[in-house]
Amino acid sequence: MRGDPGATTVLRPATPRQALDALRREPRALPLAGGTDLMVSWNAGLLGGRTVVDLSRLRSWAAIRSGRESVVVGALATHAALQESAVVRREFPLLVAACATIGAVQIQNRGTIGGNIANASPAGDTFPALAVYEPLIQAVSASGRRLIAFSEIFAGVKKTTLCPGELIESLELPFLRPKPSRQLFRKVGTRAAQAISKTVAAGLLWLDKKGTVAELRFALGSVAPTVRRLSAAERFLAGKRLDADSIAEACRLLEKDISPIDDIRSTRHYRLEVSKNLLRQFLEGR
Amino acid sequence: MKSLQKQEKFVGRSGLRREGPAKLCGLARYVDDLPLPGCLHGVTLRSSIPCGRIKGLRFDPAFAWDECVVVTAKDIPGKNVVALIEDDQPLLADGRVRHPQEPIALIAHLSRARAYEALKHVRVDYEPEEPVLTIEDSLAKKRLLHGADNVFKRFEIVKGDVDKALAESDVVVSGEYRVPHQEQAYIENNGMAAWVEKDGTLVVTGSLQCPYYVHKALMKAFGLPESKVRVVQATTGGGFGGKEEYPSMIAGHAALLALKSGKAVKIVYDRAEDMAATTKRHPAVVRHRTGLSKDGKLLAQDVEVVMDGGAYVTLSPVVLSRGTLHAAGPYECDHVRVRASVVATNTPPNGAFRGFGAPQTLFAVELHWEKISQSLGIDSLTLRRKNAFDLGSTTATGQKLSESVGARECLERAALRSGYAARRKRYDLWNKNPRNRTWRGAGLALVHHGAGFTGSGEVYLASKAGVELTRDGRVVVLAASTEIGQGTNTMFSQIAAETLGAPLDCVEVAGPDTGRVPNSGPTVASRTCMVVGALVRRACLQLKDELDRAGRGARDAAALRRAARLLCGREASRRFIVEYEPPPEVRWDDASYKGDAYGVYSYACCVADLEVDKATFEVRVLRLTTAQDIGKAINPLLAEGQIVGGTAQALGYALLENPVYKDGAMLNAQLTNYIIPTAPDTPPIDVELVERPYSRGPFGAKGVGELPMDVPAPAIAAAVFHATGLWVASLPITPECLCREFHDRF
Repeated sequence: MRGDPGATTVLRPATPRQALDALRREPRALPLAGGTDLMVSWNAGLLGGRTVVDLSRLRSWAAIRSGRESVVVGALATHAALQESAVVRREFPLLVAACATIGAVQIQNRGTIGGNIANASPAGDTFPALAVYEPLIQAVSASGRRLIAFSEIFAGVKKTTLCPGELIESLELPFLRPKPSRQLFRKVGTRAAQAISKTVAAGLLWLDKKGTVAELRFALGSVAPTVRRLSAAERFLAGKRLDADSIAEACRLLEKDISPIDDIRSTRHYRLEVSKNLLRQFLEGR
Repeated sequence: MKSLQKQEKFVGRSGLRREGPAKLCGLARYVDDLPLPGCLHGVTLRSSIPCGRIKGLRFDPAFAWDECVVVTAKDIPGKNVVALIEDDQPLLADGRVRHPQEPIALIAHLSRARAYEALKHVRVDYEPEEPVLTIEDSLAKKRLLHGADNVFKRFEIVKGDVDKALAESDVVVSGEYRVPHQEQAYIENNGMAAWVEKDGTLVVTGSLQCPYYVHKALMKAFGLPESKVRVVQATTGGGFGGKEEYPSMIAGHAALLALKSGKAVKIVYDRAEDMAATTKRHPAVVRHRTGLSKDGKLLAQDVEVVMDGGAYVTLSPVVLSRGTLHAAGPYECDHVRVRASVVATNTPPNGAFRGFGAPQTLFAVELHWEKISQSLGIDSLTLRRKNAFDLGSTTATGQKLSESVGARECLERAALRSGYAARRKRYDLWNKNPRNRTWRGAGLALVHHGAGFTGSGEVYLASKAGVELTRDGRVVVLAASTEIGQGTNTMFSQIAAETLGAPLDCVEVAGPDTGRVPNSGPTVASRTCMVVGALVRRACLQLKDELDRAGRGARDAAALRRAARLLCGREASRRFIVEYEPPPEVRWDDASYKGDAYGVYSYACCVADLEVDKATFEVRVLRLTTAQDIGKAINPLLAEGQIVGGTAQALGYALLENPVYKDGAMLNAQLTNYIIPTAPDTPPIDVELVERPYSRGPFGAKGVGELPMDVPAPAIAAAVFHATGLWVASLPITPECLCREFHDRF
């Protein structure tokens, strides 16, 4: 433990208003949700004397509320709570599957969906699922609130488009109507648990009655600075039949939207090949 | 053996671990838990370059250095070395660094966080030199790091005429095999505490395997006599060899700070520092040329082994020795040549790790059977049946195996239990169906492992162990052998109680403390049960004689109390200490490397069943079936635990653990990115114990500690090859390598 408890100030606001005021006064303070990432940095002694704003008393931000056409998930809902929620299980199985692959049970019990997004890791396991479900993010600060499309939230590795002093309050996930004909979540990690993704995929496919593609949504994580939707492949396949040629072309187009790298966990070559294989398997319906 | 037919009361039964309850309840105290009021916390300033001259240290004048104690090489009262085989490794770098993470200076502060903060306020000015980072560069003498050729140590085994036999063979099969560093990943990081008593005695306590190694190193570094250094083992959370030599370094550091500050000092590494700085398994390259007859009889083995020792000699010569002695595998062959060397590089010194050189060379010889199988068209099980050791076989060093040879029994039992041959056929069918999302395969390996020190090592060690009967009637086992999670305390108690005919709860095991227990040698080399356990048994037999002579048994606590009053007289206790006596039939010649390399060998066979995902190349091991001949399981549950644990550790070695090095330093020195298997990565492991008793082991026992680490990796590699047809002869076999191989092939 290299963090210095004596040099760290922890604020514990009781209400959202107090939290936002604290952050307005100290925009460089670090919000603490589940702490599963923050504590790693603190333990390594990387946080210096930065002030921490502990959000754990904001109970109302942990709620999951179902509406007629959508569900609103509070930013402090844990990965475990998402897996237990009946409405999330019914409507958003890919998100449930993603939450079940994060770290291990202990991490899922503490880690939150809002913290996961705000941390903006390129390898965030829930992001491909969220990218295909296209939620709207409710952001709040002492001076007001705004909606941010999920596709607009990330600015780069560990960077979001949130302003200093701004927090994620909740995200609203619209129900999918009609339900997709086919769906996929697959995490390819370094091992069976406690793993960081090498590539992580989520896909939704709607076929019309003639068997042509009405809509495809496919997203990949860990293969670019932020989660990526395969826009080129999605556009190309719209209105087409899924046959060997169109699938091969979609796999070729995948390279237009991702830019995997060699790093400590895997290689560019592997990430690219496996991403293509996952897309191919999904489109082939195997 | 008659004694083995007798019904045993404690030996051969799965009694509970002695220290289990204290560990489960959180009562056991590891070094970081020890309350040392007012103690300082020490941290280590380390080299950030692989190699170069230190021009000087600059201390930030704005930092409050008056709150700290700082130690450099100048403060060492004795010789600036970590004494081991050769005294070439400094306790603190003096003027030059030879590897990344080499300790340069020490800082202590009352607050651990402030001590870490202080590290950020020291700058080291270097004059860097071109480093040598790989085996190839070292052999090519890119720069000279050691002697005239960068070779720390060489061994050669020659049996028969290999060149002639290769020329006369029907087929000659060549192969090259590579294995990487491996981290021990014990659950408790390294740590030591030190203080100086009023009478000047230097005391250290902490996480360690070999109290007398630390004792010896401290005497030299501090110029103190034996009686003024005391080393006490604290509860230790695993070792796997990783706490064999490096604790001497940390103990020296804590002691230097304690001496200078006059206070108790604790140094406890965090995981990142432990992984980056302390020893790993030696990486190795092994090349085989094997001559056989058309029908698969082994005619000649020509083996070349090169290991990477890192920057200092440390234990490399002995690791290499064991690697050399196991390089030909458990097979009879008339013409064998093994040429082995270990070279210097500018990387942190490699050291002891469960198996100690054998897993490296056994991986090569075992996977090589798959290559031979391909060229002969005979499956590797049949090839092993034709060539495996049997009673009366002669090893590469000319040792005649005269007892306790379970190689063939392990092979047959594991093959039968796993349904190996039938499964291979089923998997071949499965793999023909393109609709299946996986490829499946089964692979097998067979190994031997010599228990105890290599060659004449046990003679030089001249270990002592014993037992004492206290005046209040307690029986206490006295040995420096440490409990590091493997079950030493439980096993010693069982041996002592059985030998004496005493109740188990009248027997205790003394905590290793050089002020109290005799030097029974290091807790390494699968020797604690077989070698030290035999000493404990001999000492107990002496005590039993005395009890019998006094007309008193050891039947129960009351009888022991009565006997104790008679035997102890006015003394607090009666001690019975015995010393190792080499068995007269064991002959070994260090000069020619011929003779009885080990008193006896344990044997193991493992069958791996696995599948490989066609889309992601992820390998999922479905099950591991293993049969292991360990002579006699003193405590079958603990023995099985050793086997299951070693098997999982070897699964990591085979598939997951991929240390990434840059400029001689480990980049993934954290458990997030250095991937060891979790419970969900570990398949069902089916263990069958084979017991071919050894006449010199206590109740027939041989070594079990390291054997399980030797055998799974080549079995898994063979199974991957069977499943995919992709030949990967270097570890770990990651999805990335399989993907690359697949891509290059198709």
